[in-house]
Amino acid sequence: MTHLLSITDLGADGIDEVLRVAEAFAEVERRPVRKVPTLRGRTVATLFFEESTRTRLSFETAAKRLSADVLSFSAAASSVKKGESIRDTVETIEAMGMDALVVRHASAGVPMQVSRWVKECKVVNGGDGWHEHPTQALLDCFTVRQVRGEIDGLRVLIVGDIRHSRVARSQVLAYSALGASVTLAAPGSLLPPSIEGWPVSVVHDLDEALPDADVVSLLRLQAERGSGEFVPTLREYTADWGLTTRRAALLRPDAVLTHPGPMIRGVEIAGDVADLPQALVTRQVTNGVAVRMAVLFLLLGGAL
Amino acid sequence: MSAIVIRGGEVVDRGGRRRADVAVDDGIVKAVGPDLAAPGGAQVLDGAGCVVAPGLVDLHAHLRQPGKEEAETIETGSRAAALGGYSAVVAMPNTDPPIDSAGAAREVLALGRDALVEVAVAGAITVGRRGERLAPMAELAALGVRLFTDDGTGVQDGALMRRALDYARGLGVVLAQHCEDEDLARGGAMHEGAWSSRLGIPGVTSVAEEAMVARDIALARLTGARLHFLHLSTVGSVDLVRRAKAEGVAVTAEAAPHHLVLTDAACASYDPTFKVNPPLRTDADVAALRAGLVDGTIDAVATDHAPHAPEAKDVPFDEAPPGMLGLETALAVVLSVTDLTRALALLSWQPATIAGLAARHGGPVAEGAAANLCVIDPAVTWMVDPAGLASRSRNTPYAGWKLTGRVRHTIVRGEAVVIDGEARR
Repeated sequence: MTHLLSITDLGADGIDEVLRVAEAFAEVERRPVRKVPTLRGRTVATLFFEESTRTRLSFETAAKRLSADVLSFSAAASSVKKGESIRDTVETIEAMGMDALVVRHASAGVPMQVSRWVKECKVVNGGDGWHEHPTQALLDCFTVRQVRGEIDGLRVLIVGDIRHSRVARSQVLAYSALGASVTLAAPGSLLPPSIEGWPVSVVHDLDEALPDADVVSLLRLQAERGSGEFVPTLREYTADWGLTTRRAALLRPDAVLTHPGPMIRGVEIAGDVADLPQALVTRQVTNGVAVRMAVLFLLLGGAL
Repeated sequence: MSAIVIRGGEVVDRGGRRRADVAVDDGIVKAVGPDLAAPGGAQVLDGAGCVVAPGLVDLHAHLRQPGKEEAETIETGSRAAALGGYSAVVAMPNTDPPIDSAGAAREVLALGRDALVEVAVAGAITVGRRGERLAPMAELAALGVRLFTDDGTGVQDGALMRRALDYARGLGVVLAQHCEDEDLARGGAMHEGAWSSRLGIPGVTSVAEEAMVARDIALARLTGARLHFLHLSTVGSVDLVRRAKAEGVAVTAEAAPHHLVLTDAACASYDPTFKVNPPLRTDADVAALRAGLVDGTIDAVATDHAPHAPEAKDVPFDEAPPGMLGLETALAVVLSVTDLTRALALLSWQPATIAGLAARHGGPVAEGAAANLCVIDPAVTWMVDPAGLASRSRNTPYAGWKLTGRVRHTIVRGEAVVIDGEARR
């Protein structure tokens, strides 16, 4: 693997490899000393041009548990504010001797552009605009597989603001590569303008779709990306598309719920539903570290 | 200025094709015929295997001066034009300051006086291209401005556009619309469709263009004014214009070379070189535009040459300014999709008429005509090297492409400004 920019860089075999390596690192996390020397002497930089708490912390924790040094770059406190271009920023940071860059940006494609600008560094997409968030989809698959044993044959229902969701795009690619069938459930205005070529079906009635789902992936209504304008009111959104207590009762007993966070309780998910045992939200966060350890490990070629 | 004799070529103009030498002196064509003698001191240009044609006329070039001289100047842009076979270009008014007054137009015309090609200017339709009130079109027309456009944006306010058309009709000038409904297009950075959805890049629906084309056809019908559509890019736009022409509405239309050969699939690299407005669209749109060239719906191919400095394009796709270079590659790109005579009609005499430049450009290559000519080697294959372009910018979408057909010589106002593919100054 040269870079991890999209789930398509991995393919089914690549995803499987990441998940297998992540198993080993999940075991490390259960040890009293949660650290291995695998990437000692290597340096991982997180370049976040868009704010994020959990993804950055997760990557940085993953790098530290592999004994890599971590450099944390935040656009808000940087020369970018003084007008420096991303390209110059990237070239400057790489010149300090980085081995991997984790890039997040509000614009789609920036990690791919960064991968063309770097000389030796490995680039990991930490989320780019509406495009992809590959490590999120990987940790979702890891978590679901942990509970359900196998992704192949599962029916995955992705609910909510798919139009503006990088998580949804990566999930569609990852789940379908692993053999799941994927259904999108959203108001028409929150679907992508075209799903030509997507291996998915679409439903417009959540009540009908829920009883068939093995996995329900809830997405946040991304008000900061303007998705609030795509539905008349939050109240109407919740009434039709929220996973309310009533709707949760339609789920199969073995169905699981995932959410990439941050959750907005009372909008896409009712507070008591978020606390059900089938909701894997905190487990996703825990597994996120192991999956990102696996990604960094595979990219930087550490030795187990 | 010495006399010039072009030897051994085939003359192609709107009158047809014939083997003939062409002699030029004093800025005019002195003779067209077989085996012309070269008077003493005359410059003899080799036209063997070449086509001698009226110079090309670009209806749509962004020369960036004044305001963005780091991207292009009238000097560098006109050199690129000459190398591309153009004898005249219409400079778009979205400069800084915009060409919305006689003073601004005079500055550009003065800068253009020493340029390698004739630089005509288009004036803005509205003051500051803000779409709020009419620019002093009569004052600009008095300086010879024949084409008016707010290009870069369309006139959003239908009532204002109607008033502009009424006013333009009285002046006998042509309005040229950049068709884009800003409400429908807002936030979009590429064509809205399968690719934008997959790439997560906000899209612009074709309807943003078509809605304004439809409105403006209705306004042209209502007012009887002459209206030209810039850079049409969709199946629906071509259909609308085809029907309007059949009905007799006084509209003309252009397409840009890149819309004839590139699609939105090029954006999959997230390389902002491929960001342009209107955006690269689908195979179906490309096919419709090519059909429009053949059936006369599209009157001209205009470059929409839009230079941007490398640092301006080295940014995230959705933040990059739209636009790509075109002057040095347009002829070869058009030759890749249509035959030579039609290519010349689309690149020379038809746009010359729309631009009001037909008295000096695009006319038959005949004794007494203004000596604005290009000599094209239609068979030569060459590779596009961005570093080798005369433009000050490098944002060509054809880097590394092998194109067939290239300009060997260009003669503007009787001066050989390009000889053997090299600009003379």
